[in-house]
Amino acid sequence: MRLDEKYLNGLLIAGLLALPLWALVMDQPFTITLVTRAVILALAAVGLNIILGIGGMVSFGHAVFFGIGGYAMGILAYHAQTYTALDLGFFTTDGTKSMPVIWLMAMVTSGIVAFFIGLLSLRTSGVYFIMITLAFGQMFFYFAISWAQYGGEDGLSIYVRNDFPGLNTLMPIQFYAICFTLLCAVLFLFARLQASPFGLALNAARQTATRVETVGLNPMRLKLLAFVLSGAVTGLAGALFADLNRFVSPTMFSWQLSGELIVLIIIGGVGRLMGPVIGACVFVALEHFLGDLTEFWHVYLGVILLCIVLFGRGGLIGLLTGKEGAHV
Amino acid sequence: MSDPVLATLNLNKSFGALKATDDVSIDLKPGEIHAIIGPNGAGKSTLIKQICGGLKPDSGRVTLCGQDVSDQSTQVRAQAGLGRTFQISELCMEDTVLENAVLGAMGAENLSWRFWRPALKRPELRDRAEVALERVGLSDERDTRCANLSHGQRRQLEVAVALTLSPRAFVMDEPMAGLGAGGSKRLTGFLDGLREEAPILLVEHDMDAVFTLADRISVLVYGKVIATGTADEIRTSPEVRDAYLGDEA
Repeated sequence: MRLDEKYLNGLLIAGLLALPLWALVMDQPFTITLVTRAVILALAAVGLNIILGIGGMVSFGHAVFFGIGGYAMGILAYHAQTYTALDLGFFTTDGTKSMPVIWLMAMVTSGIVAFFIGLLSLRTSGVYFIMITLAFGQMFFYFAISWAQYGGEDGLSIYVRNDFPGLNTLMPIQFYAICFTLLCAVLFLFARLQASPFGLALNAARQTATRVETVGLNPMRLKLLAFVLSGAVTGLAGALFADLNRFVSPTMFSWQLSGELIVLIIIGGVGRLMGPVIGACVFVALEHFLGDLTEFWHVYLGVILLCIVLFGRGGLIGLLTGKEGAHV
Repeated sequence: MSDPVLATLNLNKSFGALKATDDVSIDLKPGEIHAIIGPNGAGKSTLIKQICGGLKPDSGRVTLCGQDVSDQSTQVRAQAGLGRTFQISELCMEDTVLENAVLGAMGAENLSWRFWRPALKRPELRDRAEVALERVGLSDERDTRCANLSHGQRRQLEVAVALTLSPRAFVMDEPMAGLGAGGSKRLTGFLDGLREEAPILLVEHDMDAVFTLADRISVLVYGKVIATGTADEIRTSPEVRDAYLGDEA
């Protein structure tokens, strides 16, 4: 059976609406939490998809932004819950428990860091780009481990989930609604971006930078901006992820997480709008169900990944729609 | 005598002991086609790269419309009005024909920093792209993926993308490469009319095309221009016969 990609995307969104509602009716809060986790990972991967899918930059250090988002939440909420001042050097402020403020901080900080990481790493390409982004990831990981002020290796626990005006975020379904809405908004923006002149030029820069230069555009600047946008989106996901667990630790910076984000996209379909979403859902489902059966569930994940890479170039979206991925 | 649109002044480039470009000064005047011919390895592609950016000469200048662009990047030279086509098609293979042309239009309109309205729905880009495709006869293929085009169609698209830029000067690196006799003839006819729009610096191996089109011909051998002149002068020049043409012409 071949599905039109639009219908498939609609179906996926409908599923992400229906499943938590069903869980709510059946009183299974854990299922809601599970879907929330999938949605947040999907959001992080949509961020990565901007540079990996459209721009062809394989960042093996995207956990940096996930972690920065996490720590932005952790640090702000920690100062708010301990009633201590946050000294930023040039000025001092109180922490905050307000989600919108935390998100903004997470995105701005991630974006700024992405700018500098991009500035340095975009001079390279291919394997070197992968390695340099991995190196940045490890730098942040070890920095977080030794950052005793914020828990070092043990991380930070936040006792109460942060606030969103008008909602009770401690109710799983309400927190899910926030995450789901943000995912939909970012997916919408991704689709606009992909079709916009910027998206077209970025996509061209992936295929042939020479062509882009020859028509008078600067591929480097296009890629750098994409890197910043990508980092900001993944940072936002990091803040949500930390809020979901009410805990942040250096594992959010780990290279395994960077790898998982890439895997999510490959499972779903590189450069596809909903690729990261379907990838994250499959990943979380496997992690949960196979993880119940065996400790070695990663082996089976590996087999599935192998099959997708070997037989379905367009990922699951490509398999279901019968359209080969654009990326060869 | 009108001022040249494009000129090189004493360009030199060596790779180790190999002198790839040896004191080359050529120019391109309004309304003309200036062909550069020479045997394989004469340094034609190296010269093109120094003119278009991407390869820095050891010494010498490149000027475009009187402006010194020697130290400018490829994209600045393109914005200043240099329309280049490649010997081996340099196109976005996954994209459609129209998308490739729209990319050129984006360069011309300097419109890559737009994030909202889809590129293909912007009339200013689309019209420019459609006109260029129409002119090279690719309108019917606008929604074909570039990877599915024939070799000849890719050559046409290569020219169309350069057209979208409305350049002040064209630099074409073997546009006839790999075309059949029919395709070559059609493209020759097209370039013939194009010189009125902007002069063309033409590197070409197809001697029929060169002698039909060129107002002037420069012969490059071992990185050095050994002769410049009209088609007849070049055809009858004994040095050129010796070095390159042999008994062909």
